[in-house]
Amino acid sequence: MKKLINTPDTVLADALAGFAAAHPELAVDLDNRVIARGSRPAAPKVAVVSGGGSGHEPLHGGFVGPGMLDAACPGEVFTSPVPDQLLAAARAVHSGAGVVFVVKNYTGDVLNFGLAAELAAEEGIEVRTVLVNDDVAVEDSTWTAGRRGTGATVMVEKAVGALAERGAGLDEVAALGARVNAASRSFAIALTAATVPAAGKPGFDLPEDEIEVGVGIHGEPGRRREALRPARELVAEVVDTVLADHDLTAGDEVIALVNGLGGTPLLELYLVYGEVHARLAERGIRIARNLVGNYVTSLDMAGFSLTLTKAGPELLELWDAPVATAALTWT
Amino acid sequence: MDVIDIPLVLAWVREIAAAVEQQEARLTELDSAIGDGDHGSNLRRGFTAVLAALDTLDEPASVGAVLTRTGSTLISKVGGASGPLYGSAFRAMGAALPGETADPAEFAAALAAGLAAIRKLGAAEPGDKTVVDAWTPALAAFERTADTGLAAAAGSAAEAAAQGVLDTVPLQARKGRASYLGPRSVGHPDPGAASTELIFRALATALGRLKPSG
Repeated sequence: MKKLINTPDTVLADALAGFAAAHPELAVDLDNRVIARGSRPAAPKVAVVSGGGSGHEPLHGGFVGPGMLDAACPGEVFTSPVPDQLLAAARAVHSGAGVVFVVKNYTGDVLNFGLAAELAAEEGIEVRTVLVNDDVAVEDSTWTAGRRGTGATVMVEKAVGALAERGAGLDEVAALGARVNAASRSFAIALTAATVPAAGKPGFDLPEDEIEVGVGIHGEPGRRREALRPARELVAEVVDTVLADHDLTAGDEVIALVNGLGGTPLLELYLVYGEVHARLAERGIRIARNLVGNYVTSLDMAGFSLTLTKAGPELLELWDAPVATAALTWT
Repeated sequence: MDVIDIPLVLAWVREIAAAVEQQEARLTELDSAIGDGDHGSNLRRGFTAVLAALDTLDEPASVGAVLTRTGSTLISKVGGASGPLYGSAFRAMGAALPGETADPAEFAAALAAGLAAIRKLGAAEPGDKTVVDAWTPALAAFERTADTGLAAAAGSAAEAAAQGVLDTVPLQARKGRASYLGPRSVGHPDPGAASTELIFRALATALGRLKPSG
């Protein structure tokens, strides 16, 4: 598999150096691997810190900036960041009002953020954790590691970041994050597997005419394999799967994210969005806001995920609040 | 006297590092089948850092100091689930071995403390298709044979760990990323159990080669 890399071992360091060069407005600590805002807040505010394995760009570093995250910690490819790194980020952006960790629900992320929260508490930094677990492909039971965090991370980070910017308190910000997560559901299908640079070959083999249904964002295979079908049929299945797990009814409004997994052209993502829009319209569900593009990727995986977040006036207002980051900007 | 001393525990950790380096591709292959294909590279990165950390550890005061440093380094450098899980296990073993030497019973107690740390942090039970499924039978074998000598006990622990890995093949994963696959995780050995086997094999190798003085 061809990759634009120098060596597999230096992918993250080299990419982070490039990100720093491209975004002089941000403070990138190359040693600790922390991407933080370039300036400290004028008054104490809740600091929002996220992080996770690399390979999901623009998540999370692309969402650092006014209106969204205060700092992000990229781990190795598909590997959660380490506690020291997360602690360095918390220290760097803590301004006296506490820190919210936005954590995608994966065993490694939960363990490392948990250790970091303990270390931060020992230093007198108050931490609250918002766990994102929106992927309906995983059965949420005591017999699994629980649902994965995927596309809803964007909604949570945007809303939480906006509320923190307004000076809300630590518990209030964390509670909002939990509510946005609870109002979100996602589901993904893949047309190809992702290739981790260190592995050098796709994580699984997929015949030309088959797709993986219910994939995660780490190159792991999905719940099952199906024949490739026209987009309209695939989207119908994805929308119906998400709705089956959602409490949406006719008349509700949603924020919809049609997210590319890294290897799918925008042309196809817009085609998918059109099908999503039509399918939801049939059910009387209105898309109040949308995002179409590559936001939570899985390296070079082809395919898409759909996230629907039920949105009332509170969330829409936070969603519309100004944001200025590498990957999401509006005024 | 049949004891594990500081040179021996250093040899054990170095032997693990060598085994991880040599088996990186195989661990990654096992992880690609039911996980995300990075278990080998993560552990190699971790144990490379452990070797560097041990080189700067002057005159460890106890057997446990070596293992505590190993665990702390794994937590700091690996990330993912394996960093905190193995890191906590080594730190727990370190805390259980405050002396300059450890006899077989003391060492068995340390191995038990390591398993307890993994089970607590990972909330994993035997049969969940994890590290626990290799460590549990390895510990039981070590305890059962501890009075036959350290080398023999480590040898039987390594064999039991290997059997534990084989026994994970028909299991459906209930913890970690493999659990996302549901029934599709059946039919593959667990990569974490496989790396645990390496840890016990390394112990047997170190004990077989290095006879402690005294």
